[in-house]
Amino acid sequence: MASGTLTATEYITHHLTNLKWCSEAAKVDGHCHGFWTLHVDTLLVSGILGLVVFGFLAKIASRASAGVPTGWQNFFEMVLTFVDQQVKDTYHGKSKLITPMAITIFIWVFVMNAMDLIPVDFLPVTAGAVGVHYLKVVPTTDPNLTFAMSLTVFGIMIYMNFAVKGASGFAHEVFTAPFGAKLAPVNLLFRIVEDIAKPISLSLRLFGNMYAGEMVFILIALLGIWQLPLALPWALFHILIITLQAFVFMMLTIVYMSMASESH
Amino acid sequence: MSINATLIGQAIWFGVFIWITMKYVWPPLQKAMADRQQQIADGLAAAERGKHDLELAEKRSVEALREAREKASEMVAAGDKRGSEIVEEAKAAARVEADKIVAAAKAEIEQEVERARAALRERVAELAVSGAERILKREVDAKAHAEMLASLKQEL
Repeated sequence: MASGTLTATEYITHHLTNLKWCSEAAKVDGHCHGFWTLHVDTLLVSGILGLVVFGFLAKIASRASAGVPTGWQNFFEMVLTFVDQQVKDTYHGKSKLITPMAITIFIWVFVMNAMDLIPVDFLPVTAGAVGVHYLKVVPTTDPNLTFAMSLTVFGIMIYMNFAVKGASGFAHEVFTAPFGAKLAPVNLLFRIVEDIAKPISLSLRLFGNMYAGEMVFILIALLGIWQLPLALPWALFHILIITLQAFVFMMLTIVYMSMASESH
Repeated sequence: MSINATLIGQAIWFGVFIWITMKYVWPPLQKAMADRQQQIADGLAAAERGKHDLELAEKRSVEALREAREKASEMVAAGDKRGSEIVEEAKAAARVEADKIVAAAKAEIEQEVERARAALRERVAELAVSGAERILKREVDAKAHAEMLASLKQEL
């Protein structure tokens, strides 16, 4: 517990504040405001996790043998085959991008969510000891990350629409589905709402789940000795949530891609 | 919650990791798995072929065994036949030899009998003379009766 001199509110706020960086000129009252601010902790934790995991995966893949798979190769083959099966079941287009993207989302989101399972004070206190005063450990509790992912997915989705259907085909679909050409403005409005809802729901779902989960961990950490019997069950339950959220994000991405590459 | 430039950084990270997965993770793993599938398929096909070959070989071996058995029984029959032939030949040869020996023995016996008869003839004359001498209780001139004795000899 780092809350020796902090009130509960201060403790919670401290845990939910990102480590920020911005140019001196952008600072207002010594704090970073405005768009040109970077959440260093989110960028570093997600980046390092990704580099470690995907670097490890690339190393295993480079040594992958066609013989009897062992150890990590076996494990990752199982995971990646599972993801690939989801893609094959849902997406019937030809793009070679979908499976790697689904794999990236599933594994990256999973490991970032898994940072939740490290006791809440462990990394912030360690960082505090070396002079870093704020550290929000779970990158998926930062909406910047979830929106970055969902907007990238959104961009790829729009690109797929154009690539598969062509500009005229896409326009035709936007103006005629689902009510026919006579109600083109309504169709367009529906389509805009539908497509904008996709990245927003995608990112807010992940963010909300992880933020709430992290919040519960912080609240449990405030309970003193009682956190011992409570933190473990919540962590066990959370294993389900982190896997489920990674899966949902991946699955919805695949579904959106499949919708983008199939005509109505 | 505040949206800021972190968004751009995270999008870059996301792109980098998709790129890594797309270039260095998924294709090699996929290739390894496809190769393995091919190997397993090949192995199963080879096993099937091996089984088929084994069946053929078994059929051939049964055939060969049957032929060998036939040949062996033929050989035994031929051997038996040849054996009895040899025995027959030997018997015939032995019979001929025996006949020859018997004939030779018979001829010898004839000769012996003839010789014994001749000797007997010689001795009978002497016996007759000595018998006559005793009957007559006197010296008989052997020369005077030689003619009579010779005729007597002829009668024996």
